[in-house]
Amino acid sequence: MSNPHANLERRRQAIYGWLLLSPAALLLSVFAFYPSLATLWSSTFSRGNRRNPSEYIGLENYADLFADPTFWLVVRNNLFYAGITIPVSIFIALSMALWANSKIPARGFVRTAYFTPTVLPMIAAANLWLFFYTPGLGVLDQIGALFGLPSVNWLGQPETALWAIIIVTIWKEAGFFMIFYLAALQTIPEDLKEAADIEGASRWTYTRRIVLPLLMPTTLFIMVNAMINSVKLIDHLFILTKGGPSDASKLILYYVWEMAFAFFDAPHAAAMTMLVLLVLGIVAAIQFFLIDRRTHYQ
Amino acid sequence: MKRLMPSLDAAGAILLAVIWISPLLFAFWAAFHSTSDAVNFNVAAPWTLENFRTAWDGAPWMRYFLNTFLLVTVVLTGQFILTTLAGFAFAQVQFPGKDFVFILVLLQLFILPEVLIVENYAMISRLGLFDTILGIGLPYMASAFGIFLMRQAFKSVPIELHEAARIEGCSWFGILIRVYVPLAKPTYLAYALVSVSTHWNNFLWPLIVTNSPDTRPLTVGLSIFGAPENGVDISVISAATLMSIAPLLIAFLVFQRQFVQAFLRAGIK
Repeated sequence: MSNPHANLERRRQAIYGWLLLSPAALLLSVFAFYPSLATLWSSTFSRGNRRNPSEYIGLENYADLFADPTFWLVVRNNLFYAGITIPVSIFIALSMALWANSKIPARGFVRTAYFTPTVLPMIAAANLWLFFYTPGLGVLDQIGALFGLPSVNWLGQPETALWAIIIVTIWKEAGFFMIFYLAALQTIPEDLKEAADIEGASRWTYTRRIVLPLLMPTTLFIMVNAMINSVKLIDHLFILTKGGPSDASKLILYYVWEMAFAFFDAPHAAAMTMLVLLVLGIVAAIQFFLIDRRTHYQ
Repeated sequence: MKRLMPSLDAAGAILLAVIWISPLLFAFWAAFHSTSDAVNFNVAAPWTLENFRTAWDGAPWMRYFLNTFLLVTVVLTGQFILTTLAGFAFAQVQFPGKDFVFILVLLQLFILPEVLIVENYAMISRLGLFDTILGIGLPYMASAFGIFLMRQAFKSVPIELHEAARIEGCSWFGILIRVYVPLAKPTYLAYALVSVSTHWNNFLWPLIVTNSPDTRPLTVGLSIFGAPENGVDISVISAATLMSIAPLLIAFLVFQRQFVQAFLRAGIK
């Protein structure tokens, strides 16, 4: 096989391959790989100023973070945010898909209504919800007033601010997840339903024993996306709460932004970025080792 | 019981749909009424365009629209070129180190550009691209997701077509442009819809790398316009919000099927 012609062809392919790849590889290096390493590097340096130049301090920035009560509050907020938005939006997405796939009147309207929030910017979504949350004038308060409930400052008190944020996130992402369920539902063969009917299985049994297991790979796929979203979706904080009141609705990425661009404390922001990358790395590992393997067997 | 269930289903589905669409409906209502009529839900109140006029005069929207339009065009053009080349390399060219590089590319799916804001900001400033449209778009052009999508599309092209074109004397580049690209049209369309709606809506990164109305996209402009410090009332904010989402929303309502198909194609790999 190792005649000179084949060798030449192989070498030509290698050159073509790298040439084709080089523009993308260059940009990926400049905006993903190099910044990741640079973040790691700068997270081990102190914040320099005119009198004290920045110097190597090892893990001190991380130690500072772990000693900072705000950091732990933000981590707790983000875990809570993830813990509520992930299961609730998956549940709502599944219900939406089951409904949008069944024979109901106005199905076109229903599907459009569910999916529309997906195409809106998060900033616009936050503006729309502002009208709901405004104390006194807002839609929620007016509905409450009909039942004689007092006015609530949904965004202005620590007990409700994070919930208000969570609801907007669920509203935004559930319709997006629905379409994946919808696609999966349409691949389930009709005769499974017929067989279940003949066996006299109730609709609930059919859903629980046949539909849900068949949707499992889709659920896992959606779950990974929802996990990433619970790190990434923070735009509405800028409009609705700015992380307040007293940090009650602050999420990690917002805190990173605040540290870097409001407090100009790049080293601590870098340390926090590393922790976020670590979490995303774990999500990636779950995806590669757990989910990809499972779906391969099917 | 058996006859009751379907109508219960329909009621539940429609109720949820109404709840889901209600924020948009309320904004629509508020935008076309005076603030006091809007918050009092005065059904008989006259409709007005006053809020749109106030909103339009309050910020350089024309410039913001143009910036967003330029941004999505620049990003999409860059993505098409880069992901086509890289996707083709991964799908049809044999070269040493290919698998390793492909894993590196996949890794980028999880290193979100949003997370690396601090270093990317430093990088864009170093390149002298701070406060430029190109600066907003550049970090997104080598999209790992796009490369993956194109690789899948090119892999499904029958090798016979490739061979036939080669026998006809077509060059590598010619084969890519004349055989692979036309056959991957549906993937390009799907990717374009996803990319345009993503970057039309993107906020955090543009907020960081823009500093002037001349480059600011709609989302950043809208957030500044609606900031509580500006004391703009809810009807005007609603009008501004509707204005800025109108192009994408109308496009979505018209091409709904394609949008949903696009997101599906892009999501299920």
